[in-house]
Amino acid sequence: MFQTETEIEPTIRRAILPVVPAIEFRDVDLAFDDKVILDGISFTVRRGETKIVLGGSGSGKSTIIKLILGLLQPDAGTILVDGEDITQCDEQELTEIRKKIGMVFQEGALFDSLSVYDNVAYRLAEEGIDEDEIEHEVIRMLRFVDLEDAIDKMPIELSGGMRRRVGIARALVGSPSIVLFDEPTAGLDPPTARTMCELAIKLRDLEGVSSIFVTHEMNNLKYLSSEYAIVDGEGRVFFEEEGDKLCLINTKVMMIKQGNIIFDGTDEELQISSDPYIHRFISGR
Amino acid sequence: MNPLSRFLVELQDITFLFWRMLRGLRKQPRYFDEMVRHMDSIGVGSLAIVSLTGFFTGCVLILQAYPTLEYYGAQSSAGQSVAITLIRELGPVLCALMVAGRVGSAISAELGSMVVSQQIDAMRALGTSPARKLVTPRVIALVVTLPLLTVAADIFGLVGGGVIARYLYGLDANSYITSLRNGITIQDIIGGIIKPIVFGFIIGLISCHKGLTTQGGTVGVGKSTTDAVVLSSITVIIADFFLSKVLQGFFGNTLF
Repeated sequence: MFQTETEIEPTIRRAILPVVPAIEFRDVDLAFDDKVILDGISFTVRRGETKIVLGGSGSGKSTIIKLILGLLQPDAGTILVDGEDITQCDEQELTEIRKKIGMVFQEGALFDSLSVYDNVAYRLAEEGIDEDEIEHEVIRMLRFVDLEDAIDKMPIELSGGMRRRVGIARALVGSPSIVLFDEPTAGLDPPTARTMCELAIKLRDLEGVSSIFVTHEMNNLKYLSSEYAIVDGEGRVFFEEEGDKLCLINTKVMMIKQGNIIFDGTDEELQISSDPYIHRFISGR
Repeated sequence: MNPLSRFLVELQDITFLFWRMLRGLRKQPRYFDEMVRHMDSIGVGSLAIVSLTGFFTGCVLILQAYPTLEYYGAQSSAGQSVAITLIRELGPVLCALMVAGRVGSAISAELGSMVVSQQIDAMRALGTSPARKLVTPRVIALVVTLPLLTVAADIFGLVGGGVIARYLYGLDANSYITSLRNGITIQDIIGGIIKPIVFGFIIGLISCHKGLTTQGGTVGVGKSTTDAVVLSSITVIIADFFLSKVLQGFFGNTLF
């Protein structure tokens, strides 16, 4: 028997729908007064793909994320989210588009006055969803980030890493098809940073989520572009390195310098790039 | 940007914020529980300082006015002089200034902190309009509670004036109360209620605007808080003049 489109699991539906890029930038310009932030940039994030955006401080990385969310409007150019031009949308239409997007902020950006439960439940509570359904979804998401025990805590009681994991849980409520990470590992210790990357890998490989991962840390690039997540028969998640068995093709790297894209390709191509800035950036010298 | 351009841009931004706030009132959710929570923190939380301010303002009014009234043999008008001054002008204005200092600064600091910690961006990313969620409940709470606080300040002021008149100058209590009742008109009371409604809008919109436009981290929060209190206070005093003039024209009462 055939399934109707609505009966098909979202992950599978995304895979079989016509291949419209999840995110597409076409000649986007943005300047604040005389300072050029983005200078005619164009790129695409395909469905299920993770785009790692590298660049120094002030290069315009986080601005890209704000543009995708419609928090900023470009001076020129087109931004397509799921094939829809968001530069032509009013605030009401943007609100609908934002429901497809989860955003993980640099410091978590949790609401100080709300508990972990209320932070994660925020989007669903605003939509007037039934309380039992909210509770079920919140617990599911906190389990995903391994923070079920912190459900009643206030943000002030959490460590930096925990705050960001709650931020991820909040971003994932409602099963968005696109997740944006704005330097989620900045200032974290290496094991916690690794945990953040693992969550991004799980989203990419197990949930089929398209994402943009803004960072300037090369360790993040290494994890995200060389490891993948698999689930064994008992539902346990494992991380393995790509090699003879599997080669990751759903992770791309983009480097930005002073509002221009100076590299867009795979991590292997990045490593052999002859551009002196890229070479200095990845070697740290 | 020169000061005139900056003023016009600020005015434009506040007008847009006001418009978004009004539009937010038409849509669900309306955040009634938030409004009630803010009414509690603004209204109940400010009652003590407003009452104290009103009481001692009444005291000092009679302290200064009574010797002059006595000089002209008009001691029996003591209550009237306090009532008119308090209900028409000092009650609404002093109450608004106290609330601007206490509540305006708190609103601006809270929203400013949310801006610098990206909570406002997060709110928008999660599909909520900050104008609806944060501005509307606060402004409505101010518009509802400021007139009530003003009434409380007026009552405590009249009581304060009566206490001084009775115990410092020996004025008969009945004479003071009769003078009060004869001196207050319904126009005085209506005018004394309309003014704080407008002042509530002014304090709420300016404080929210300053908070939401905070720039530059924690230093920016301090600056926007100071700006919110200073700008609200000045605007309240300027608006009081124009409001008095409008009310004077409306009620046809030259004493306004």
